[in-house]
Amino acid sequence: MTAPTAPVLAVVEHHDGRPRASALELLTAGRALGPVHAVWLGDPPDDAGPLAAHGAAVVHVVPVPTPEAGLPASVAAALAGLAEATGADVVLLASGFGAKEVAARLAHATGAALMVDASAVERDGEGRVVTTQQAFAASWTLRSAAQVGRAVVTLRSNAVRATPAETPGAAEVRVAAPARPADPRVRVVERTARPASDRPDVGEADVVVVGGRGTQGDFSPVEDLADALGGAVGATRDVTDEGWQPHDVMVGQTGVTISPRLYVGAGVSGAVHHRGGMQASGTIVAVNTDPDAPIFEFADFGVVGDLAEVLPQAAAEIRRLRGQA
Amino acid sequence: MKIVVCVKHVPDLQADRRFTDDGRVDREGVDGTLNELDENAVEAALRLVEAAGGEVIALTMGPDDAEDAVRRALQMGVHRAVRVTDDALAGSDAFATAAVLAAAVRRLADDGPVDLVVTGMAALDGLMSVVPTLLAAHLDLPQLTLAAELSVADGVVRVRRDLDHVTEVLEAPLPALVSVTDQANEARYPAFAGIMAARKAQVPVWSLADLGLDPAAVGGAAARTRVLEASPRPPREGVVITDTGDGGRRLAAFLAENGLLA
Repeated sequence: MTAPTAPVLAVVEHHDGRPRASALELLTAGRALGPVHAVWLGDPPDDAGPLAAHGAAVVHVVPVPTPEAGLPASVAAALAGLAEATGADVVLLASGFGAKEVAARLAHATGAALMVDASAVERDGEGRVVTTQQAFAASWTLRSAAQVGRAVVTLRSNAVRATPAETPGAAEVRVAAPARPADPRVRVVERTARPASDRPDVGEADVVVVGGRGTQGDFSPVEDLADALGGAVGATRDVTDEGWQPHDVMVGQTGVTISPRLYVGAGVSGAVHHRGGMQASGTIVAVNTDPDAPIFEFADFGVVGDLAEVLPQAAAEIRRLRGQA
Repeated sequence: MKIVVCVKHVPDLQADRRFTDDGRVDREGVDGTLNELDENAVEAALRLVEAAGGEVIALTMGPDDAEDAVRRALQMGVHRAVRVTDDALAGSDAFATAAVLAAAVRRLADDGPVDLVVTGMAALDGLMSVVPTLLAAHLDLPQLTLAAELSVADGVVRVRRDLDHVTEVLEAPLPALVSVTDQANEARYPAFAGIMAARKAQVPVWSLADLGLDPAAVGGAAARTRVLEASPRPPREGVVITDTGDGGRRLAAFLAENGLLA
C-alpha cells in the first residue's frame, strides 16, 4: 500500500474571523486521510495559526461576495472547482442541515459518494473512504464504504476530538476564485445572523444540559448546572413549541443533532424524536420525577427526583469539587 | 397551480427498527407509515391549492407497502397519487432515488406543467435530508429548501429558512422545489370524506420502463456507497438512583468518578 497523496479538503466553519470548534475537528479527522487543506469561505481568517496547528497545509480562502454566492448550489460549485484544481478526492464538511445541502450538490456535480452525519472516517487498505454512522436514534451502528473514487463526507460535531498535529501545517493562504451565484433565479431577500448566546453553542459543546417539559418553563436550574459544567443549554421540542426556549436550541431529529461527551437531560422523558438527536452522546445522565420515563432505559446514570432540588445541589457540588466555590 | 408532493413510507418510529444483514432497512414484519415530516409537505401543498386553486399529486417510490404512504396523503386531501416501483430499485441510494423521482415528476408534467414540487425536510428512517437538494438539481428547479414559512404570490415563491446560525428569506419564480420543516405548519387529520375518497382512489403504478430509465443506473449495484456492516448498539448498563436528599451530590460524584469534570 502506498501512502495516499491526494489532498483532503476540510470546509471549516468560522465566526468573527476565528474557526469554530468543528473546524479543528475536521482538520484532525482530515489529516488522517491525507494532506489536509482548509477551505475558508468568506473574508480571510484573522489568524491562520489554529488551522496550522491542526495540520492545514494550505488555507484556500474562497470569497463570498454576495448572499446568493453563499447559497448551497453556489458554494458547491466553488468547492467542485477547488477539488478539481487540487486533485482532492475527499471533501469534509461539518454536519448540519445547510452543510448537507452543499454536500449533496457537490456529490451530484462531481459523481462522488455522499456520506452524511459520520461519527468516524478512515481509509481502508485500498484507500477507499469508510465511514461510521449511527442510525435509528443511534440504536444501530453502520459502516459504509465509498464505491467510487471520490467522497463527500459530513462529520458530526464532537465525533472526533480536535488535537494539534505533531507537525504543524504550513497553512499557506491562497485566495481562490470567488463563489458565484449558481442559480440566477434564486434571490436572497434577507440574511440575518441570529444572536449567539454567551454559553457554548449547543451543536458544538462537549457538555450539554437539556431541559424538557419537567422544567415547566423555569430554566434557571438547567442554566446553573450548564454554567457549573461549562456547557451549553438545550431543550426538547415541547419546550421550544411552548416558546420557553428558542427553536435554535431544540435537540432532536428535526433540530440540532448532538453527540457531546456529556449529556444531562432534566425533566426530559426521552421520546424517540429527542433520542434521535442525542443518543450518540458519550455519557447520558437523566433527572426526572417519573421513574418510568423512557430516558432511564438508556441513561448511564439516572436520578429519580425533582430537578429543582437535584440540579442546584449538583451544580454547587461540582463547583466545590472544581474548587470554584 | 399543479403541485407534486413527494412522500416516503418509513418504518414506524415506535416499531423495532432494524437493518437486514446486507445493510438495508428491514421492512419485513415492521409496521410502516407515511414519514411524519412528509405530512407537513402535504399540508403545505394543500393549503396553497386551497388558496389559489389547482391540484396536488402525491408521488412515492417503493414496494407494495409504500402505497400506504400515498393513501394517507389521499386521506389528507391530495387529488391523486402515483407510485413508482420496480424490482431493480431495491438498494437504491439517494442519487438513484432523486433520478427516479425527477423522471416521475417530468412524466406528471405530460398533461400540464408542474408549478411546484414539495417535499418534507428529511425521512425519519435514513435522516440524510439530501433527496430534496438532489431532486432540485435533477429537475433544474430553483431550490428553496428547509422552509419554516412558505408563501406563493404572483408566480413567486418565498420561504424563510433557519439554518444553524442564520435566518434567510429566499425568493424564486415558479416552477420551483420547496422542502418544508416541521415548523412550517400543523398537519391536518384526515376528515371522514377524505378517508372515504382515499378508499376508492386508484393509485397507478409506474415501472422504470414506464419512465424510460435504465435499471442498471439504479439499485444496489449502482449505489455510490455500500454498507459493510450493520450492528445493533449494545444497551447501556446504567444505574438509576432515587433522590433521598443527596441526589445532586451523587450525580456530581458520578461525573467526577468518570472524569467528566476535568
